[in-house]
Amino acid sequence: MLKYLLPLFLFGVLAAFLAAGLKLNPREIPSPLLDKPAPAFALPVLGAADKTLSNADLKGRVWLLNVWASWCVSCRDEHSLLLEFARRQAAPLIGLNYKDEATAAGYWLEKHGNPYTASIMDIDGRTGIDYGVYGVPETFVIDRRGLIRHKHTGPLTEADLDNVFLPLIEKLQAENP
Amino acid sequence: MNIHHFQSTVDMPPFHQYLSLMACALIFWLSLPASAAVEYHSFSQPEQEQAYRTLIGELRCLVCQNQTIADSNADLAKDLRRQVYEMLQQGKSRQQIVDFMTERYGDFVLYKPAFNARTWLLWTGPALFLLAGLFAVFRVIRRKKTVGQPALSSDRQSRIEALLEEGERE
Repeated sequence: MLKYLLPLFLFGVLAAFLAAGLKLNPREIPSPLLDKPAPAFALPVLGAADKTLSNADLKGRVWLLNVWASWCVSCRDEHSLLLEFARRQAAPLIGLNYKDEATAAGYWLEKHGNPYTASIMDIDGRTGIDYGVYGVPETFVIDRRGLIRHKHTGPLTEADLDNVFLPLIEKLQAENP
Repeated sequence: MNIHHFQSTVDMPPFHQYLSLMACALIFWLSLPASAAVEYHSFSQPEQEQAYRTLIGELRCLVCQNQTIADSNADLAKDLRRQVYEMLQQGKSRQQIVDFMTERYGDFVLYKPAFNARTWLLWTGPALFLLAGLFAVFRVIRRKKTVGQPALSSDRQSRIEALLEEGERE
C-alpha cells in the first residue's frame, strides 16, 4: 500500500510547491530595509532648488516616500490614487523624483496634479540605490522613529491603499515616537 | 574549352556552402552572450580592475533579473556599476561592497547567495535529491537481487526436475 501512496504523496508535495511558486511574483523582492532606519538624504526640493529637505526634517511623524519620475509610465496608473490620498491628509507624502529632469518633472506635476507635500530630486539615483529602488514607482511607509515599516513595489491599487496603507498609517500614528 | 574558366568553377565551392557557413557564423554570433557597452573606467592597479570585473559579473541587475550588471544596459545597472567603481576607488574591500549591495537589495542581488539559515536548502537541495535518488536506486537493486533467486522449497525443486526428466524421456 505504502508503495503506491508514497509516490502519490510526493507528487502532492511537489504540486503544492509548484502551485505556490506560480502565485509568487518574481518582481516582488522582499526589502532587507524593513524595520531598519530609513537611509539618510538631504536633497534639493523640486520647484525650489535652493531649499533642501532631509529625512531628519520628518522625524517624529509618520510619512510616505513615493518614488516617481516623469518618464515612468506606470506612475500614471497610481497618480489619481495619490491625489486622493493627499486629499485625505492622512500623512505627509514626500515624492522622490528619481533620475528625472526638473523641468520635465515640474511640467508632469502641472499636467497631472501634484499630490506631494514636497518632491525631492534624486538626479543621479544615489538615494534610490540607498533605498534599494529597482522598479519605479515604489512607496515606503516610515514611522515616527524613522524606521521603514512597509515597502510597496509597483503602482498602488485602491485595495493596497485601503487595506494596507491607511490601516498601517493609523496604527503607526498611535505608536509613541 | 577554356581551361581557366573550367578550373575556376570547380575550385569555387557552390553557393549553398557559403550559405551554410554564413548561417553557422550567424548562429554562433547570436549565441554569444550579449554584453552591454560597458563604460570605460580607468584603474591605477590591475588587481582593482580584476575585482571590478569579478564584482559586476556577480551582481544581479534587479530590473532585468536574469542579467548581471556587467551584461545589462539598464539605467540601474549603470548606476550600480558606477557605485562599485567608486567604492573600489575609495579602497573598499570586496566584502564591503557585497555587504553594501545586500543591505539595500537583499540576497537576491547576488548571483551566488551566501550560505545562511535562509539559503541552506537552496545550496544543499541538489545534493539531498541526489542522495535520495541513490538511496532509491540502491533499494530497487537489492529487491531485484532477491527476486532473481526464487525461493522454492526443496520438494518443489525436485518435482520440477522430475517433470523435466520425464519430458525428456518421452
